[in-house]
Amino acid sequence: MAAILEGKVWRYGDNIDTDVIIPARYLNSFDPKDLAAHCMEDIDETFSKNVENGDIIVGGKNFGCGSSREHAPVAIKASGVPVVIAASFARIFYRNGINIGLPLLEIGDDVEKIKAGHKLKVDTATGVIENLTTGDTFKAQAMPDFVEEIAKAGGLINYIKNR
Amino acid sequence: MNISEKILARHAGRDKVVPGEIVTCKLDMVLANDVTAPPSIKEFEKIGKPVFDNEKIALIPDHFQPAKDIKSADLAKAVRDFSKKHNLKYYFEAGRVGIEHVILPEMGIVGPGMLTIGADSHTCTYGAVNGFSTGVGTTDLAVAMATGEAWFKVPETIEVRLKGEKAPHITGKDVILYLIGEIGVDGALYQALEFTGDVKSLTMTDRLTISNMAIEAGAKNGVFPFDEITKEYVEGRVQVPYEPVNPDADAKYVRTVEIDLSKLRPVVAFPHLPENTKAVADIKDDIKIQQVVIGSCTNGRLEDLQIAAEVLKGKKIHDDVRCIVIPGSQWVYKEAMRLGYVDAFIDAGCVVSCPTCGPCLGGYMGILSAGERCVSTTNRNFRGRMGHVDSEVYLASPYTAACSAIMGKIAEEVR
Repeated sequence: MAAILEGKVWRYGDNIDTDVIIPARYLNSFDPKDLAAHCMEDIDETFSKNVENGDIIVGGKNFGCGSSREHAPVAIKASGVPVVIAASFARIFYRNGINIGLPLLEIGDDVEKIKAGHKLKVDTATGVIENLTTGDTFKAQAMPDFVEEIAKAGGLINYIKNR
Repeated sequence: MNISEKILARHAGRDKVVPGEIVTCKLDMVLANDVTAPPSIKEFEKIGKPVFDNEKIALIPDHFQPAKDIKSADLAKAVRDFSKKHNLKYYFEAGRVGIEHVILPEMGIVGPGMLTIGADSHTCTYGAVNGFSTGVGTTDLAVAMATGEAWFKVPETIEVRLKGEKAPHITGKDVILYLIGEIGVDGALYQALEFTGDVKSLTMTDRLTISNMAIEAGAKNGVFPFDEITKEYVEGRVQVPYEPVNPDADAKYVRTVEIDLSKLRPVVAFPHLPENTKAVADIKDDIKIQQVVIGSCTNGRLEDLQIAAEVLKGKKIHDDVRCIVIPGSQWVYKEAMRLGYVDAFIDAGCVVSCPTCGPCLGGYMGILSAGERCVSTTNRNFRGRMGHVDSEVYLASPYTAACSAIMGKIAEEVR
């Protein structure tokens, strides 16, 4: 699960809610491809069309607030985004991301130093994020050991099956 | 310990827990709906175990049901087939179902001291009946259906100390919107809310509305103590043994927020966040509306409909407004008919629908067009929540919503 990732930033603001990550009108399907086709469309129609494999979403505080729909992190992951970085995450979204094997890194106010289009290098094992465009380096808050075990297993289902 | 710590400790088989600890707990009830259960079922099948207890899983087809389209019918079928295959006690078909967070307390499926997780963010509603309950995603739910367990990080708790009696026309909705306005949509992130002080001033309906929207402040749960009002509500309803929980005298809270109930004024939350609150009296311009929704897991209970019916009786909905009333359960629907509320609604020119989440999440039964505004008793006013991305939702109490429906604009009185 741990990996060194490099990608281009899609930058969004505070309180990005699960209704804009994947609007409820598309929740009559849970096929990851269907969800990815509409990911972020209510705030950014260009995202699903232009996102490239390996691109990284960076949000502000309280990313993923609102509904418990796991369709939201699934839509992001199925868009080819391997990691989401934010000032903070809403708790259900955080659990869901970890549970489906989508690493989520919390870096507080340091997100202000990351802009749209910047290139980042992310080590999901250590939480070290290098902004290749500006030269800044950030360190994400460490996950609790137990949560890291789930992340390492690639999600909760694998974790439970291996237990 | 405070209430949340006590319930988590008890379900983890521990004498004591402290905030920040991660504990694995045994669950009393596990819940999902027609949107979240189908992907859960798919994950559940991967685990390859039977359900942990067919009397502790509730699958409630309320979001897009009766099916709004073919894909939603497929979702409902997946839930139905799974429920029959595993002989689930708490599966309800259309015509016997209601909105999950209305029927679970109403039928006594959740109660004091119980630990519930649900694949729906408003699962936090059951704090009103003195339980610890919180929303999770589909994978957590799948694992819970197989193991009967879930892991929790013990949250810090914010004390919300209530003072005095409610001012006229103030409901639980005004209390929780005011609180969210004060602390913000992430004001309680990763934390619990515990209500203390003059909780006796709040009816069970007020409490259910308040706990329901704890998530809109980012909270994990929002819990009330056990008192005479709780006792009266749960006695005879909750059929399984339960153990009420109240905080110790030396319970610790990370901070305290005080609310003087006697000073509250009817409040609305402007688009596109529940924290954008404003007292109706302070709104200077006329905010003209095209739709009103009265219902949902937040405000679809009998007392909510009573408040709306008392305003609407003998009046007419404004010519430019559609008013959609959605009883939260079949019991609420029937009682509302018996008590004449449905007559008041229909005579005033309202649509009265069967129980469903429907328009709250932009599902069906009242979707907004571009530029339209809705005053709604639901819980979220995010961009595009009820329809077009350029529509607007203003959150309010059933009282304010009913006044607004008559006046054709956001209003706290009928003139």
